[in-house]
Amino acid sequence: MSPEPADRQEYNITAYTENQVGLLNRIAIIFSRRKINIESLNVSPSEIEGIHRFNIVIVETEEVVEKLAKQIEKQVEVLKVYFNTNADVIWQEMALYKVPTDVIAEKVLVERLLRENGARAVVIRKDYTVFETTGHREETDNLIKALQPYGLIEFVRSARIAIIKASDGFHHKLREFERREPSEEVAENEFLNDREQVFTM
Amino acid sequence: MFQNQPSAQPTASSAAPALAPTTGAVATLQALVAEGVDTIFGYPGGAIIPIYDALYDFKEQLNHVLVRHEQGGIHAAQGYARSSGRVGVALATSGPGATNLVTGLADALIDSTPVVCITGQVFAHLLGTDAFQETDIINITTPVTKWNYQVTRAEEIPEALAKAFYIARSGRPGPVLVDITKNAQMQTFDAPEYQPCQHIRSYRPAPVVRRKYVEQAAALINSAKRPFILWGQGVVLGGAEAEFKAFVEKSGIPAAWTILGVGALATGHPLNVGMLGMHGNYGPNVLTNECDVLIAIGMRFDDRVTGRLDKYAKQAQVIHLDIDPTEIDKNVKTTMPVWGDCKETLPLLTALVERRAHPEWLARFNDHMAQEVEAVIREELFPTSEELTMGEVMQQLNEITRGEAIIVSDVGQHQMVACRYAQFNHARSNVTSGGLGTMGFALPAAIGAKFGAPDRPVVAVIGDGGFQMTIQELGTIMQTGVDVKIIILNNQFLGMVRQWQELFHQRRYSFVDIQSPDFVAVAAGYRIAGQRVAARADLRPALEKMLAHSGSFLLEVMVTKENNIFPMVPQGCSVAEIRLR
Repeated sequence: MSPEPADRQEYNITAYTENQVGLLNRIAIIFSRRKINIESLNVSPSEIEGIHRFNIVIVETEEVVEKLAKQIEKQVEVLKVYFNTNADVIWQEMALYKVPTDVIAEKVLVERLLRENGARAVVIRKDYTVFETTGHREETDNLIKALQPYGLIEFVRSARIAIIKASDGFHHKLREFERREPSEEVAENEFLNDREQVFTM
Repeated sequence: MFQNQPSAQPTASSAAPALAPTTGAVATLQALVAEGVDTIFGYPGGAIIPIYDALYDFKEQLNHVLVRHEQGGIHAAQGYARSSGRVGVALATSGPGATNLVTGLADALIDSTPVVCITGQVFAHLLGTDAFQETDIINITTPVTKWNYQVTRAEEIPEALAKAFYIARSGRPGPVLVDITKNAQMQTFDAPEYQPCQHIRSYRPAPVVRRKYVEQAAALINSAKRPFILWGQGVVLGGAEAEFKAFVEKSGIPAAWTILGVGALATGHPLNVGMLGMHGNYGPNVLTNECDVLIAIGMRFDDRVTGRLDKYAKQAQVIHLDIDPTEIDKNVKTTMPVWGDCKETLPLLTALVERRAHPEWLARFNDHMAQEVEAVIREELFPTSEELTMGEVMQQLNEITRGEAIIVSDVGQHQMVACRYAQFNHARSNVTSGGLGTMGFALPAAIGAKFGAPDRPVVAVIGDGGFQMTIQELGTIMQTGVDVKIIILNNQFLGMVRQWQELFHQRRYSFVDIQSPDFVAVAAGYRIAGQRVAARADLRPALEKMLAHSGSFLLEVMVTKENNIFPMVPQGCSVAEIRLR
């Protein structure tokens, strides 16, 4: 039986990886073999050349997320994995909304709509206009509600991207890895000194 | 782009200088030689012909064993790795050749066996076109490999293979697959001198040992009244048998084993209290739920060992030594994790534990063993009925081999009997499919085990069901002349399934009644000597004849049809609820 909803919440898994063909599949099957749905997945370059950053959002218990994080970090091409609750990260999603320009122009106080929703027009054509907002889910949902009466043609929302509030970033840690290379003794996790706060390994 | 002229390649004897023009195929074999490979198990096919062509010139350095099926090839490579401690190597072609490796890869992954598989692949320009014998073997094998990689250019080969061997053997070992497109095998390039891999930026084979945790673990052990050691294959994989023995003997703690850990401490050692798990010994299972400190060393709390997790050792403080951080807290919550290779952590722990004995506690294990002897073991090893038992075959074998043989067992009742009753004086002596439970494993694995340890006697113990899953590997024995003794314990059933049907499905024996050929005649067809035994008086002489025979020998022993393996922890029960009957 799945745990009570109270034990489950959104977790943001951040993985720093090599840029390697097939790694996405290797990471994805860690979730699929346990029949865990990925709510959101974003892969992008990080601030370090050649190192990619996965942002994965799932709804699970902390115990399960910790095990998943270990499994991901165990993959050969994965350098480091963190996991955090929403309270521990700054996160954003981006949304695009396509609406008929004539309707918008005739019936909507566009300026007010944009201001209220923190949106901006990305493209304005004769046949349609595309607006864009960024924010949390409920924020980007607001503009859907506002635009639906005016014939919203198309809507798309991006995966979540998240920055960990407490972290110094991974750059320093990676530089440390590289500085010691090629020593076989390279290993880290200062967090192991405090088991209660261990979030990986 | 590439030269389609494999015949123009340099031979092995002329190869090796820095930046020598070399084909991908030759570079592949040079890499194997540089990694110390002496034996390859394989089967040729269209997409790997260039490597086989090059192999023609490497006969002096690389002994290629032509198996009869790729599954046999990888199981043989596993047997080689398990008996020798080195990396096993399997070669296969693309498509069906590659997919036939999947079972062995899954087996090797769950049993932490270092294997490198090299598969041929269609030309790079054909990838994704459903070309003849094309399969996406990288994606197929992703869940069952520690690492895999597709090579599409010859230049990638040396580095890919260097990484493959490093990953396969380091840290927690495992299987690796390198898929090489045919053009990459044929292409000529300026090969640099082969550099073994020593380090990968994103790969941490072993975590740093945290001395603080070792100290806390030692304090916990020193305060324990009823400490209990469980050990697994990690001790063997770390080559830490001596360190483990020193720890057990100084701490005086009773120790029990998983089936892949057996042999790290001799079966007859006074502190070796037996086998864990579903068909393990009575005492270790019952007393798991009575110990106050549980010290797990290089084992992963498999469900066959723990039974019902919510009733497993709840009273105990758990110390877990493991090289793989993902095993810590995976199934059993740990009080004190000791990350690292036990070759490194055990001496640290031994130095800090007090020299003690636990006579009363140890006596409880012995009391339970006495009960088990009374209820199960005596009748199994020294039966009063006329029919032969599997246990007495192992008992007779023990007396003749004196625990010096490598026993390779397949999967089923006979496997549990072999693990329970075989005597093991050395590590790397019990080769069996532990985690995956692969029927058909033993015959090819025994072939590989003999190549890996040519100076040791290898005895394969196989059921009549499992034997027929890879029976074709008798052909490999015939062709190579490898000396493997085969004992078929024939109960004319798929015995373990039948046991479950008897105990849990109201004796509805659904499709477990298996007919077999005349195994001795089949062996004779492969020019392998054999004998069939059904009477007790014939057993001992036949075993002696088999072991004295020069070359392979097949001994079919007809055993009791409906014998059950006890003790048993029924599925869904606590280990303390183990049944003697």
